[in-house]
Amino acid sequence: MRVSDTRHPGAAIPIDALARLARLALDDDERARHEADLARVVEMMAALASHDVAGVEPLAHALDATATLREDAVTETDASAALLARAPEAQGGYFIVPRVVE
Amino acid sequence: MSAGGGTSGPDRDLASLAADLAARATSARALAEASSRCAAALQPRLNALITATPELASSAADQVDAGRPGALAGIPYVVKDNYCTSGIRTTCGSRMLAGFSPTFDATVVARLHAAGALMIGKANLDEFAMGSSNENSHFGPVRNPWNLDCVPGGSSGGSAALVAAGAVPFAIGSDTGGSVRQPAAFCGVTGIKPTYGKASRLGLVAYASSLDQPGVLARGAADCARVLAVIAGHDPLDATSSTAPVGDYVAAAARGVQGLRIGVVEEFFGAGVDAAVADRCREALAALERAGARLVPVRLPSLPLSIPAYYVLAPAEASSNLARFDGVRYGHRSSRAGTIEELISNSRAEGFGPEVKRRILAGTYVLSAGYYDAYYRRAQQVRRLIANDFARAFEHCDLLAGPTTPTVAFRLGEKQADPLAMYAADVNTVAVNLAGLPAISLPAGFEAGLPVGLQLVARAHDESALFAAGGALQRETDWHLRRPPGASA
Amino acid sequence: MSRAWQPVIGLEIHVQLATRSKLFSGSATAYGAEPNAQACALDLGYPGTLPVPNREAVRFAIRLGLALNATIAPRSLFARKNYFYPDLPKGYQISQYEDPIVSAGTVRVRRTDGSTFEVEVQRAHLEEDAGKSVHDAFHGATALDLNRAGVPLLEIVSAPVLHSAEDATAYLRTVHRLVRWLGISDGNMQEGSFRCDANVSVRPGPDAPLGTRAEIKNVNSFRFVEKAIAYEIERQVRALENGESIVQETRLYDETQNRTRSMRGKESAHDYRYFPDPDLPPIALPTDLIAEERAGLVELPDARRERYVSELALSDYDADTLTLDRATSDYFETLLQSLATATRADATARPGLAKQAANWVNGELAAALNEAQATIEHSRVPAAALAGLLVRIHDGTVSGKLAKDVFGAMWRGEGDADAVIAARGLGQISDDAPILAAIDAMLAANPKQAEQFRAGDEKVFGWLIGQAMKATRGKANPQRLNALLRERLAQAR
Repeated sequence: MRVSDTRHPGAAIPIDALARLARLALDDDERARHEADLARVVEMMAALASHDVAGVEPLAHALDATATLREDAVTETDASAALLARAPEAQGGYFIVPRVVE
Repeated sequence: MSAGGGTSGPDRDLASLAADLAARATSARALAEASSRCAAALQPRLNALITATPELASSAADQVDAGRPGALAGIPYVVKDNYCTSGIRTTCGSRMLAGFSPTFDATVVARLHAAGALMIGKANLDEFAMGSSNENSHFGPVRNPWNLDCVPGGSSGGSAALVAAGAVPFAIGSDTGGSVRQPAAFCGVTGIKPTYGKASRLGLVAYASSLDQPGVLARGAADCARVLAVIAGHDPLDATSSTAPVGDYVAAAARGVQGLRIGVVEEFFGAGVDAAVADRCREALAALERAGARLVPVRLPSLPLSIPAYYVLAPAEASSNLARFDGVRYGHRSSRAGTIEELISNSRAEGFGPEVKRRILAGTYVLSAGYYDAYYRRAQQVRRLIANDFARAFEHCDLLAGPTTPTVAFRLGEKQADPLAMYAADVNTVAVNLAGLPAISLPAGFEAGLPVGLQLVARAHDESALFAAGGALQRETDWHLRRPPGASA
Repeated sequence: MSRAWQPVIGLEIHVQLATRSKLFSGSATAYGAEPNAQACALDLGYPGTLPVPNREAVRFAIRLGLALNATIAPRSLFARKNYFYPDLPKGYQISQYEDPIVSAGTVRVRRTDGSTFEVEVQRAHLEEDAGKSVHDAFHGATALDLNRAGVPLLEIVSAPVLHSAEDATAYLRTVHRLVRWLGISDGNMQEGSFRCDANVSVRPGPDAPLGTRAEIKNVNSFRFVEKAIAYEIERQVRALENGESIVQETRLYDETQNRTRSMRGKESAHDYRYFPDPDLPPIALPTDLIAEERAGLVELPDARRERYVSELALSDYDADTLTLDRATSDYFETLLQSLATATRADATARPGLAKQAANWVNGELAAALNEAQATIEHSRVPAAALAGLLVRIHDGTVSGKLAKDVFGAMWRGEGDADAVIAARGLGQISDDAPILAAIDAMLAANPKQAEQFRAGDEKVFGWLIGQAMKATRGKANPQRLNALLRERLAQAR
């Protein structure tokens, strides 16, 4: 479940944790720059905190639409050749990556 | 310095071009070739294209000349390079997709093709549509045809520049926070973002899915109307696509503004807006008054919150949308990869530019455990407040008006040091995306030789009102007919 | 255990829905295809692709919700569960977080001893499956097959209200039977279309707070689920009694050693950053689907079992066996109906017919299916045909014993019951005259045994009956033969 306590927005930016979550390898320069930039962006976002939003329903989908559904039919035929051709590495019909350790 | 050319593109409005084609005063092939040549000649100065497709355009042109019909038959155009074009390189302005070609056409592209339009190339853009200046492209910045030292705006910079320079009569862009309207304003062309869901997003590489919309840039409102009529309409393959009917936009552009109430939004003329820009916009509004519209003052009190709300929501969605780029199944794969973890992290580090990384990190932050309620959820609540503000304003008027941007086009490099400065300038455009409403930017005079844009916003699905106003303004004024100095007449 | 530890178990069951196409794309879902032959651009997370929900998957979810007497959400939301893994093409899984399509349902479970208990189903939600990683096909590499990516799953989450490995397994079997019964899944555990994760913890007593739980993943048979949970309970109790604490972690079950072990290298807690999927507006419950499903909801296995016991007086064993799966039960229903119509039996006679029908289905038919390795849907003797045979027993044309031969012949394709009976001249003899003639001939040929009987030897009667039956080539009505033989033996002096 979601942690409902809101952390203090003034806290330091957990740049390493974020870079890890986002799978972005950052060098030292980038790390420092992004940490600083993000701190400023977060400051800018703080304006949201000062506004009273009590009782306001979040708006996730702009206009009150509902999803159109699709009939259960097979419409995609074997396109694997074209797709595998675009793979950085493929073999025997598989996409290949370095051995994943579970 | 401005974009001179000896090579002229098909610089006429769509109705005239269609008439010429029908009368055989010109051929589709001639138009395609002229357009391709013009774009190629401009390339060293503007850098507006990432991929040129002259042969494709010519062979499609031949089909038109052989009798293939279509609402836009024989008309050359460019499409922003974040639209999938089957078998044709689609880079999104990124190293991540520098060598990538999709296996299908975006619905918008397919509809244009079915209408006989001729794609002459893929236009340069800010990487993954993230930016307001087209300085964030892996393929280099685009320059403004009005002043080569200035930005054309972004993220649809290439699209706007080529229309402004007369290489193509229309272009397709995408607009998430202003990326069609702001470059239209900076480049002196007309740019429309329709209602969210109006045009299909299938094949438009997602930046922020709940905000993205295809848009049209052209010389005038009537031409935008003509093109939007072709690309708009329900797509069952896009679950967010609207089933609301498509209006008769071309007719709307001709109908005039008698009795139309235009709300002049106080917050759109806020403190950051350049005085000259504000003046030009008021002059444009006066012209609309002369044409029969009524101006009323109106407020959007939540407008200042739209920047923090947008810069929480858009990066959040982007951080998730861009997670698919991992070097595994397509796109750039790092050669420095021993383990799977390294492969993913290094491919992404190498493939993405700094602005994209900045937004992915910000988006990851606002969605992460402990921050979701304070930022993401709160931004969604503010989003509803903004939508409510618009709804209230539209109780008193049919259109809302204000400057599209606070300034005219700034110089290349001027805002690179401070990303926040760039963000803040989007204040008049992002609110529209948050509320899902349609809006248009119309040429409204000049300041220091650079174009000014007037933005009009309409109720959901009332693009017709935008075209009516645009058409009326462009019958009263001729700013939309001006060309960059040295460009083809 | 030194004190009364209470195990607390909750099950998360992933049911692969039997739709033709995937949850969000038009790719096929059939098992066993060539790698990546059923993975389109959307399944591979190509840029610019968009998900569109499969109506049939929504229908199946509704069907399960109705069968569980659950709440079906009028507006249901898809959410993104964000994490990186090579077999997760988009870098997120489309699942449901807030507003799942089904919530607050109940499953009634019957133990082997006949007692029942109820399990609260907290939620059942739709989500897409991930692809498969193959680790040993290529040296030093992992091979990805994304055929399974995007296949629709219904994740059924129970409240943590199970308190023994046996109960948990019984619940699992019940849900397994139900999803197959409803036709929403083939429930094939070997092929991975029915998977179970067990959350196990223990606490010192029923009123104590919940202990730290471990999650056991990827156990692919009922037997192993029971053993894995039993082992895990014991492991936790031993650890706690030793003063150790339980780590919240994911564990795998090792079948060969019958133990669970920790998954090394797994991060303890993912930050999934759930948020509503912006590509998918809410699903508004389609009123036509709900109406169709309500109207078409079949009699559920538990209800049917009850009816077999209370109205048809079948034994618990028979009722259980006949409601193990829908195909068998439907066969039985058809058989009963045909029988009732043909014999014009009234309600009081039904139990007798039902018992006979049950014996045949659970007996001869089951044996024949077993030998032919066929499922009842492919029975060479359909229910109506079997009814035809049972009618001939009922009206005395053949004895029960001879009917088995007829059945064998029908199974081999020699025709329906009447055809076989006629072809082999097997009609039972019920007239007294031919039976008496056979008896007389037999007695004349066996005076010694007849004398033995008359002298008081009851046992030889069985032998005499056998001989008399043989003399009629097995066709005498047994009751008549019996009565007439006794008469004759009593007469002659």
